[in-house]
Amino acid sequence: MAAAAPPVATRTRHVARATSEPLLVKVVLTATALAFLAVFLLVPLAAVFVEALAKGWAAYAAALAEPMALSALELTLVTAAVAVPLNLVFGIAAAWAVTKFEFPGKNVLVTLIDLPFGVSPVISGMVFILLFGRQGILGPWTEAHGLKLVFSVPGLILATIFVTFPFVARELIPLMQAEGTEEEEAARVLGASGWQIFRRVTLPNIKWGLLYGVILCNARAMGEFGAVSVVSGHIRGRTNTLPLHVEILYNEYNFQAAFAVASLLTFLALVTLAAKTLVEWREAGSRSTPNGENSDVD
Amino acid sequence: MSRRSHSVLPGFRLALGFTLLYLLLVVLIPLSTLFWKSASLGPAGLWAAVTAPRVVASYELTFGASLVAAAINGVFGLVVTWVLVRYRFPGRRLMDALVDLPFALPTAVAGIALTTLYAPNGWLGAPLERLGIKAAFTPLGVTLALVFIGLPFVVRTLQPVLESLDPEVEEAAASLGATRLQTVARVVLPALLPAWLTGVALAFARALGEYGSVVFIAGNMPMKTEITPLIIITKLEQYDYAGATAIAAVTLVASFTILLAINRLQSWSARLGMAE
Repeated sequence: MAAAAPPVATRTRHVARATSEPLLVKVVLTATALAFLAVFLLVPLAAVFVEALAKGWAAYAAALAEPMALSALELTLVTAAVAVPLNLVFGIAAAWAVTKFEFPGKNVLVTLIDLPFGVSPVISGMVFILLFGRQGILGPWTEAHGLKLVFSVPGLILATIFVTFPFVARELIPLMQAEGTEEEEAARVLGASGWQIFRRVTLPNIKWGLLYGVILCNARAMGEFGAVSVVSGHIRGRTNTLPLHVEILYNEYNFQAAFAVASLLTFLALVTLAAKTLVEWREAGSRSTPNGENSDVD
Repeated sequence: MSRRSHSVLPGFRLALGFTLLYLLLVVLIPLSTLFWKSASLGPAGLWAAVTAPRVVASYELTFGASLVAAAINGVFGLVVTWVLVRYRFPGRRLMDALVDLPFALPTAVAGIALTTLYAPNGWLGAPLERLGIKAAFTPLGVTLALVFIGLPFVVRTLQPVLESLDPEVEEAAASLGATRLQTVARVVLPALLPAWLTGVALAFARALGEYGSVVFIAGNMPMKTEITPLIIITKLEQYDYAGATAIAAVTLVASFTILLAINRLQSWSARLGMAE
């Protein structure tokens, strides 16, 4: 027996050598990848906080407590508070229609939902000026009725809704497609109402994907720059969101204040990434536990 | 109609009705104004607007820089994905999470951070300046910003495909006598090709329309470092709506063509997955 062992071991070692790279190659590849990520991700991230604190904590706090910064923060929160819930309701409705039913033109509908992702932010803002601007198609009519829809807060919100439109739907559709309709049909046969089916059967299955979609939607709603820049009109204290406020401060060479406000948005981005990572772990966890789909039902 | 009536689930009319209405109001009607407005120029005016020398120079910069940035991401994105999926090292999970930073970070923040870094007195700009390379306010700066923006597309498209590759296929190749290089070149990389192309194309499409992260570092000199989205904004500010719309329509047709090609790629890779 002992004589037979070495060839097997050698063969295993040969296969091991042939299914992974030599150590030197591993080290070089890892170093290349880390250097690339450091230069393009870590260094810019660090720069934001270093520049924000370049004149100390007092100057940092002063830049954030400035009235224009506060009104920009308020407008950013209001914009997201309108855009995210609307796109959440849309996302659920679209995913329900697309994944639980068969109808002609379904693929076209799914493609159309993704459309805003393919549109440049600048164009996303521009279409609302073409629609509601003074020379726009509906502009004279809305203005005659006392509605000012561009260079105003409603315009900012409209543009934000447009750019964040697909996020929730796009997260839910593949998820609900994979879940199928059997559980919902069983609940229906047992006499559950539509709302009960959604809340007790569908929602527990999709809650992490839904949360992730909302997080992404919110991050984009608060951080959008190009589209809102076009429709805002840049009226200080009235139609400036946080990203637009960053631009104004930067163009005035007030770099420290610009980076202080930018650090708020960077913090939001980091929270978004942390939440995303957490959601992914929860998802992986619930998938790997035995009877994972039952453990969520009370 | 007949297939739908088989479903016992409620809410079809309500869900589809709301979806279509919202899609129409929020997306389709606003986008249709683009073609309506550019049609008002007439063919001759349309042609003149989209072929003005300053506009053509901006296409060259935007397409060129987007292409180079997508290629850089194609190479380094593959290395990053390989390392994140196949190797174990401290900080791997942190790096993995950080790959999505360009998705999450507002573009204006990325724009001012990159400009400050690559400015002649910046952390990365100063060493480059000593080598005689100017980054900020040149096409190189535009490209660097587009590399940042496109980075997650290649990694996140490749990652699931590389993770789901069956190790047995590589073991089979190895036990049949293939060297590691042969296994990677003939077995692993061909399986990644559709996803890799998709990722590169997505990064390219995103770069074509990118505004916030580029506009600060570009310097915006007409004919030299002026990107197409900025020309659209300039024209809008001058109330040249028809001109802006015509250029926007060109950009939009270009990115939709790429997205259509990506759709084809994805059905190709789905078929490839089915065949195995």
